[in-house]
Amino acid sequence: MIPAAFDYAAPETVADALAALADSDDAKVLAGGQSLLPILRMRLNAPEKIVDLGKIAELRGIREDGDAIVIGAMTAYADILTDPLVAEHAALLKAAIETVADPQIRHRGTIGGALVHADPAGDVGAPVLALDAELVIAGPGGERTVAAADFFEDLFTTAVGEDELLTAIRIPKHTGWGAAYEKFVRVAHQWSIVAVAATVRMDGDAIAEARVGLTNMGSTPLRATATEAALAGSAGTAQGIAHACGLAAEGTSPPSDLNGDADYRRHLAGVLTRRAVLSAVGR
Amino acid sequence: MTTVDDRPSAEIGNRRLRKEDQRLITGRTKWTDNITLPGMVHLAMVRSPFAHARITSIDTSAAKEAANVIAVYTAADFPDGMGACANAWPITPEQVTPDHLPMVGERVACAGEIVAVVVARTAAQARDAAELVDVDYDVLPAVLDGLEAMKDEVLAHPDKGTNKSAFWKLDSAEAGTGGNVEEAIAAAREDGIVIKREYRQQRLIPAFMEPRSTVVDPTGEQVTMWTATQIPHILRFLIAATTGMPESKIRVIAPDVGGGFGGKLQTTPEEFITLAVARRLGKPAKYTETRSESLVSAHHGRDQYQKLTLSATKDGTVTGLKVELVANLGAYVAIVGGGVPVLGAWMFNAIYKFPAYQFNCQTVLTNTAWVDAYRGAGRPEATFGIERIMDELAAEVGVDPLAIREKNWIKHEEFPFTSVAGMTYDSGNYEAATARAKELFGYDELRAEQAARRESGDPVQLGIGVSTFTEMCGLAPSRVLGSLSYGAGGWESASIRMLPTGKVEVITGTSPHGQGHETAWSQIVADRLGVPFEDVEVLHGDTQVAYKGLDTYGSRSLVVGGEAVVRAADKVIEKAKAFAAHLLEANADDLEFSGGRFGVKGTDQGIGITDIALATFASHNYPEGLEPGIDADATFDPDDFSFPHGTHLCAMEVDTETGQTRMRKYVCVDDIGNVINPLIVEGQVHGGLVQGIAQALWEEAVYDENGTLVTGSFVDYTLPTAADTISFVTENTTSPSTTNTLGTKGVGEAGTIASTPAVVNSIVDALRPLGIHDIVMPCTPERVWKAIQSAGSHDGETTTEAQPHFDEAAPNNADPGSTGEGNAQ
Repeated sequence: MIPAAFDYAAPETVADALAALADSDDAKVLAGGQSLLPILRMRLNAPEKIVDLGKIAELRGIREDGDAIVIGAMTAYADILTDPLVAEHAALLKAAIETVADPQIRHRGTIGGALVHADPAGDVGAPVLALDAELVIAGPGGERTVAAADFFEDLFTTAVGEDELLTAIRIPKHTGWGAAYEKFVRVAHQWSIVAVAATVRMDGDAIAEARVGLTNMGSTPLRATATEAALAGSAGTAQGIAHACGLAAEGTSPPSDLNGDADYRRHLAGVLTRRAVLSAVGR
Repeated sequence: MTTVDDRPSAEIGNRRLRKEDQRLITGRTKWTDNITLPGMVHLAMVRSPFAHARITSIDTSAAKEAANVIAVYTAADFPDGMGACANAWPITPEQVTPDHLPMVGERVACAGEIVAVVVARTAAQARDAAELVDVDYDVLPAVLDGLEAMKDEVLAHPDKGTNKSAFWKLDSAEAGTGGNVEEAIAAAREDGIVIKREYRQQRLIPAFMEPRSTVVDPTGEQVTMWTATQIPHILRFLIAATTGMPESKIRVIAPDVGGGFGGKLQTTPEEFITLAVARRLGKPAKYTETRSESLVSAHHGRDQYQKLTLSATKDGTVTGLKVELVANLGAYVAIVGGGVPVLGAWMFNAIYKFPAYQFNCQTVLTNTAWVDAYRGAGRPEATFGIERIMDELAAEVGVDPLAIREKNWIKHEEFPFTSVAGMTYDSGNYEAATARAKELFGYDELRAEQAARRESGDPVQLGIGVSTFTEMCGLAPSRVLGSLSYGAGGWESASIRMLPTGKVEVITGTSPHGQGHETAWSQIVADRLGVPFEDVEVLHGDTQVAYKGLDTYGSRSLVVGGEAVVRAADKVIEKAKAFAAHLLEANADDLEFSGGRFGVKGTDQGIGITDIALATFASHNYPEGLEPGIDADATFDPDDFSFPHGTHLCAMEVDTETGQTRMRKYVCVDDIGNVINPLIVEGQVHGGLVQGIAQALWEEAVYDENGTLVTGSFVDYTLPTAADTISFVTENTTSPSTTNTLGTKGVGEAGTIASTPAVVNSIVDALRPLGIHDIVMPCTPERVWKAIQSAGSHDGETTTEAQPHFDEAAPNNADPGSTGEGNAQ
């Protein structure tokens, strides 16, 4: 398990990192390394250059910014899990990250690395999408912001260009929203077979608003828009929720593999969405 | 000199922490890959990506020019060969056994087979250069599945003309150990119950923790090989036998070895290649596999299709059992690959009194990784088949699965009992183990909860799975092995050296790779010789130190190797007695040995055995006619196997909405005879249970239609971790074995053998009211859910695509016991 040879840069600022990327036609960015290192070691990829973001302090940390919280792309899962701002304003993200792999990986892996890697079975895409986050991307031409809905383009493909870096995730505060992440796996350390991220704003017993993100139901994280529409403004009865959640798989194209075929995943999406929404509304 | 007064009164039975754990857990020890020798070169293998292909050319020129590459070799560079991976157990004289060479030059017969080796100054440079070796292949059609292979349409080895390797049969009427099974089945068709079932034992990967690694030092008079193996002695013999090197010029060392589970019971291509390269270059050489290589090219386990026909009277008394197996051996007949399924011959009848029995085993070759021993080796497969079909019989008769077992099992007063397969079970008490297991489990309460959930239509149903297993272990009586054409004996050797400072060295021919022999053997010797546990050092795994042995597998180390240690210790005492008599000026008949001391009966006179060791070291004063020294060797060849047994109970919640299963409770009460160290036993049982549960729920080696291993990493080969298991309740009942002095049976494989059917039985039990009578392993949530779906859609009929149907002409339904029709998938 020895990677092929590569050049290595460990810049200390975003500007230097962008310069290092601009310098090569075949560079890969190393964040927490929880996906990239196995890929290199199994020689599934052999980039000419690795740009390691580990020394860039400005990419780490979580802060409040008006009606949003801003999470640095290099913030480790473990730091997000213990952060009070996340717990208060983005409970859904915390719920999802609690299910990621194992403690070692949660200490090394970063939210930004996972988002840019964009494995559809990864657990942070769906909550970021459901929370209507904005992704801050730095490039040679300066900084731009992309809505989560436009960020995920395809399997392992995002709006982040070859010469760009994801620097931060800006999540609008969902203060007081109920949240749940229902993850379905066969063994604990497995990638999600299907998972559902649901967060709701209640108005008494009724559901005022609902956001539902789906993990591994297509080539990118998806929103269960039909379910969201059916839930919004509904009375929140068990029957109503069950009906709305039965629509979760509409418009999805899940994969088939050893863990289950597409039909089974569609079925799971419905069951898990119902369970996630019921849990999010507190039942 | 250490005094013996503060020792515990008995070491045997003590929960001693393991002596070896600190160094094993921290890794500060001699793992093979930790070994670095002066001038050592590193190897990287070039492996075939194709399951079956003709090699048309190999261009090594670019690799040879890469940085710090010393050599690149193909099979053509070794015209006299490099030795061979031998089959030590041809199960029939006619067995088709393709030559298994470490490196092939013309045709590859499975993915991962080695076609070239790169030698470089560093492992990284070797790996880089291996990418530059350019091999052209003509891809040939590949046969992967055992039943496909039976058709002989695509041949794994076209020159052999067939995929069928050997057919092996045991028939109780022919052997004189029972009646005619066909007559029993015919009679039951008239007036009784006949149940036919087909079960699949999926292919598994042993997945030991330490990847395989080999270091060879060719300098010096003896060539030394350190290797991560379970079988240093057998390997040394087979290197000599297949390379022509004098055995006396070969030293094999299994240093600390990080697990094996049968997966390191092999002589591997990589070992032969590393040896050949080191000798060719005259330099020490190292090869360590990657995990990816290990999954593809270390041997796999299981992979059987089982067809069972059970006959019984209407009240559920069994009258006959017919077993027909198709065992996929992979591309070659590995060291005991053909023999592993045959071990089932004595185990399918299990603990039940079948009057008539027949076992048929057809082995077949395919273009897949070779298949050989994996924890339990033949016995888990058999136990699964019989314990599954006994549940089917219970359902057919309409009684509790434990009741049908009790009706048919050997009563404790009937031991020793000769089975219909001709084995004599020396001891056992199935009633006692079952009663205790039921009590610990809360059997009646859980049955009541199951009924309540069924009644209320709870989406989470509860199932209770039973497995009352036995196994044969302590491999093996040499004469029995001889009668089966096995290539070696089954004895074991031990030596005890009494050092002048009072310390004791115990040399064992067994070769631990995680079992804790150093601790257990120390406990045995401490008690036997009356010396402190800490003063005993156990040496093993080096053919120069432990020059005689048959290594570790088949739950043999304690019951065979431990007995050899006991006998060596007894010889030490016997020798020391003459010296004691001399030094005490007493008659040997007046001496008694106790607590490490020879005392003269009726006096306070005496001398410690360690004082005698010092006296013989000095040898200033010893009896005329005796050699100075009390060291001793012993070789023990067992008269018979030992037969552990146990009752395992599993409660499983099945979420009918998703097919997800969640284990609620697992209780096992095993009778493994006397226990040397309960802590080690618990560890063996816990680990064994998880491995068996993993077969039921999680693990399967899957090839795609081209013969590429899909489960080529732990992302897809879903090995469980502690996070996936619950706290098990384990206890023992004790019926001491009568085949060895210590009264021990084996425990290394018990948990694995017993747990798989208990788990599958629990899932089927939860869903049986829906008409479901099988789920193919691993019982993934998808398979469970699909079984539920198709059961529901057929209004309780057993037409489920998750149920196995191997032969379209013979659907998988019970004869009169049928609850539905099969449909092929």
